[in-house]
Amino acid sequence: MTLLWALRFLAAMAAGIIVLVVGFLIVESIPALRSVGLLRFINDPGWHPAAGALHGEFNLGPMLVGTLAAAGGAVLLATPLGLGSALFSRFYAPATAGRWYRRLVEVLAGIPSVVYGFWGLVVLAPLIGQWQPPGQSLLTGTLILTLMILPTVALLSEASLRSVPASYLRGTAALGLSRWASIHGVVLPAARGGILTSILLATGRALGETMALLMVTGNVVQVPRSMFDPVRMLTSNIALELGYAMDNHRSALFVSGLILMALIAALVAMAEWISDERLHA
Amino acid sequence: MAHFAIVAALAGLAGCSGQRDAPAVQGELSGRLVISGSSTVAPLVAEIGKHFEKLHPRVRVDVQSGGSSRGIADVRRGTADIGMASRALKQEESDLVAHTIAADGITMIVHRSNPVAALDDAQVVSIYTGAAGNWSAVGGKDAPITVVSKAEGRSTLELFLSHFKLAANEVRPGIVIGDNLQGILTVAGDPNAIAYVSIGTARFEASSGRAIKLLPMNGVAPTVASVRDGSFPLSRPLNLLTHGPVAPLQQAFIDYARSVAMRPVVEALYFVPIAP
Repeated sequence: MTLLWALRFLAAMAAGIIVLVVGFLIVESIPALRSVGLLRFINDPGWHPAAGALHGEFNLGPMLVGTLAAAGGAVLLATPLGLGSALFSRFYAPATAGRWYRRLVEVLAGIPSVVYGFWGLVVLAPLIGQWQPPGQSLLTGTLILTLMILPTVALLSEASLRSVPASYLRGTAALGLSRWASIHGVVLPAARGGILTSILLATGRALGETMALLMVTGNVVQVPRSMFDPVRMLTSNIALELGYAMDNHRSALFVSGLILMALIAALVAMAEWISDERLHA
Repeated sequence: MAHFAIVAALAGLAGCSGQRDAPAVQGELSGRLVISGSSTVAPLVAEIGKHFEKLHPRVRVDVQSGGSSRGIADVRRGTADIGMASRALKQEESDLVAHTIAADGITMIVHRSNPVAALDDAQVVSIYTGAAGNWSAVGGKDAPITVVSKAEGRSTLELFLSHFKLAANEVRPGIVIGDNLQGILTVAGDPNAIAYVSIGTARFEASSGRAIKLLPMNGVAPTVASVRDGSFPLSRPLNLLTHGPVAPLQQAFIDYARSVAMRPVVEALYFVPIAP
């Protein structure tokens, strides 16, 4: 009974914190939403908020595009790689190699994002810059992001592959199926839910990543016309300017935060929908 | 931005070696001193704070970095005892008192391999407005220019814009950076980049082997001497700010920061000490 109440209390607290965070974002956003207006956040010619509500420009659209493009690209790249890595270490790797390989992926997961960013800034960006200047670009950001979310997909997918009952595998072996046929026909469908969850979690991390991207994407506010154009993420926008922003500029940055929250909420809703409609249909 | 803090700390360590005897302050000072504002001034004040704490063991100096506008807002609101600003006060800020502790300049930097040796104001303007998209237009090799500019709200950007009489939306940047070190690393990694950064940080990084080159401005070399004698066109004071009556602890810290004892600390960070 006490346990039940303790759990209820903890759940209420977790929910309460989310409500508080969203409420805080809304309260801080209101001055900008009121004096600038929602429409200008998508219609203004650019992003120059320091000049104030009247003369400033407040378009967040290009940053929304930047965030979606980098996160989307990274998920597209990391999903096959991560799934491949999970299948390799679960079914194809020799036991010892598989164990060491898994450790390696775990280390990859633990590297702080600022280290990826630093490496991207001093190694990857100049490398890409030699080929397609300036080097700090959507592509660089997407590649760094791919590296960062790859371990999430790999480790969580592998966990869900491991949770497929051994009896299924014995069944496929008894039927004389090849390794690939049993993976393709039995294991992957059985682990589908967990794999999808891993992709969604990785997407969430990709949308929210800040520091590494701030250092490698060039941070120019524009809709990219190619992979080699610099872009700015909604998250980097907050990190770059919050410490230096006043009044409506500051409030406009909270609007960026609100948009990010909305993106994540949409992602969670999509996850719910997928697991309800597709998995148990 | 952890590693930037590390570099700042290393720069600070270099400052320790030149320590001298500090002036004696009467009476026992104690309490906590919150100082917030400009990220250019913060490493210097943090270093001064360490020396001040050694001198007055019962005083804690808490330095928070976050931009000149933040420093002004915090000292007005009273959330900070002293503000830091890397620029002179504006007319509408006359309720504050500025105490200059050092001076710094803003210099154009390019990659060390860039053959361009100097740019005049008109050329810098044409580069930053995108009119000259190629180094060949300003006497360099045939390569597209990577224009590096600072993010909105930074006082370096404000100073740069007002010196070259540009509006924020006239600048066509290829890369937007946050602090000076990010700009220096970007230029060091891109042979075709140009940026404007604090002379202090640029000289420190160039002297530790970073592949950058500081360009003279209107023929004046970006050195400590030219900033000190005022001949360097783009220079700025590094200020401590107070609002209203000044408590003894605040006054003691400001006096200490402006004292001769802090000269080596200021110079170790490649800033220019105030006269004499």
